Amino acid sequence: MVENRPILNILAHLVLILGVAIVALPVWIALVASTHASNDFLGGVVPMWFGDQAWNNYSRMLGTGISTSGMPPVSWMMFNSLIMALGIAIGKIAISITSAFAIVYFRFPFRMLAFWVIFATLMLPVEVRIVPTFQVVANLGMLNTYPGLIIPLIASATATFLFRQVFLSMPDELTEAARIDGAGPMKFFWDILLPLTRTNIAALFVIMFIYGWNQYLWPLLITTGSDMYTVVAGIKRMSTVADTDPQWNYIMATAVLAMLPPLLVVIFMQRLFVKGLVETEK
Amino acid sequence: MKRVVFNNKFLPLLLLAPQLIITAIFFLWPAAQAIRQSFLREDAFGLRTEFVGIDNYTALFRSSEYLNSFSVTLIFTVSVTVVTMVFALLMAIAVDRLIKSEKVYTTLLIWPYAVAPAVAGILWWFIFNPSIGILPYVLRQVGINFNWIFDPTDAMIFVVIASAWSRISYSFLFFLAGLQSVPASLREAAAIDGAGPVKRFFTITLPLLSPTTFFLLVVNLVYAMFETFAVIDATTLGGPAQSTNILVYKVYQDGFVGQNLGSSAAQSVILMGIVIVLTVIQFRFVEKRVAY
Repeated sequence: MVENRPILNILAHLVLILGVAIVALPVWIALVASTHASNDFLGGVVPMWFGDQAWNNYSRMLGTGISTSGMPPVSWMMFNSLIMALGIAIGKIAISITSAFAIVYFRFPFRMLAFWVIFATLMLPVEVRIVPTFQVVANLGMLNTYPGLIIPLIASATATFLFRQVFLSMPDELTEAARIDGAGPMKFFWDILLPLTRTNIAALFVIMFIYGWNQYLWPLLITTGSDMYTVVAGIKRMSTVADTDPQWNYIMATAVLAMLPPLLVVIFMQRLFVKGLVETEK
Repeated sequence: MKRVVFNNKFLPLLLLAPQLIITAIFFLWPAAQAIRQSFLREDAFGLRTEFVGIDNYTALFRSSEYLNSFSVTLIFTVSVTVVTMVFALLMAIAVDRLIKSEKVYTTLLIWPYAVAPAVAGILWWFIFNPSIGILPYVLRQVGINFNWIFDPTDAMIFVVIASAWSRISYSFLFFLAGLQSVPASLREAAAIDGAGPVKRFFTITLPLLSPTTFFLLVVNLVYAMFETFAVIDATTLGGPAQSTNILVYKVYQDGFVGQNLGSSAAQSVILMGIVIVLTVIQFRFVEKRVAY
């Protein structure tokens, strides 16, 4: 700040309080709605303060779910989401760190070709090749399986570029020293590179966990059996049912549960989250 | 470029294999299939396919529905980008002023990043619910009838707000980082020369922020064009009367729901073209990382 202007400071506070309120409004309303009984939503306007049905709604959704709509319990869908998110995060990190290692530390034929093939994934988001990718997965018999949910999403140019960048900034003296001491490439990778990239890996893990948990289109396409639904894709199916028979308290309880894990990750690992976000996308 | 490398010809290929195989099977092959299918037409029963050249493409550009989807996408994408960036910049400027409470406000503003776009769609659906939602209720008190189920304009406003909301934190973080890297000495020098806060913002801060702004512009355009699929699918399903049927959603509807594979494939190819252009712009003008 250049000079002290109290009026501008007050204005800044006002703008921020208003902004935070706008940003928080949808979640506030969802939290409140998830503590009411179904018939509180029959007419009038949504309640703005908490009711007394929280325990009832959450235990029902986690325990049995809305059984009439053929949905599994939310706890089961959250378990599926967890497997998918962890699989995507770990898978992406594993295959991109080895790719980056190969591209940076070796000279071999078709090195540039490999680089451009990886780069091409950036230009082919799943949204633009929905039908043919679905056909491939169906032909491989991977519909309704965890590998089908995870493997097609783990190829990642951004993660590979990030690790490439990190490796390029490592001093050559490290590699020389390792070679003089007789370490082979894999020993160098495990004992020197991996420990030195620990914080980058952690930051990337946070971002990729959120990315994996929040996947929508892909699980929607390839999970046709309700026992494989993930919570983010499942909530949409639930709300389609609720449109005719509004059970907003249950929908909102599910929404709160669906956003809870990534939210906790962002709040409690804020430093890693910000680092990961800035590194992967810039 | 490393000076010191390992001499091994086979190991690097082994290390690259998982990434390359997955890319080939789940990215390149489907993309090639989309290109192939865009030149074919299947009969109604899927028994026979014939080569039709560019018929699928010409049909698209003659279809008023597709052209409508183009203009809907343009309005939607630009609105989401502008709403997100203006809101995020305003927040970032305010936070940048307040050194003491910076951390608290930052935490309170970044968490929407964690909320999946599909869930964000559901949350805003509840708020905009025409019969019990809080916003239509408030608007009714001032005599405005807001109903996105029947009104195309209201539906567009609704999906733009829901999509922009999930993107604010991202732009905010980048703007804040950009603002904090503006050298204080420049602002101080301008202040000594008598420039007020508003003048300093427009003559110093904003120009120095332009790389960040341009980067966010491209990234947010890509987000609004492609990743908002979930918002649309969780809320309006492209309606009412096609008014929120953006291009990515139409690909899905025509190919997956309507089973019109040739047309959907042609739309996929057009979208690929758009992503490629946007990616090239992003890397050519924003990033220096790909340059070897």
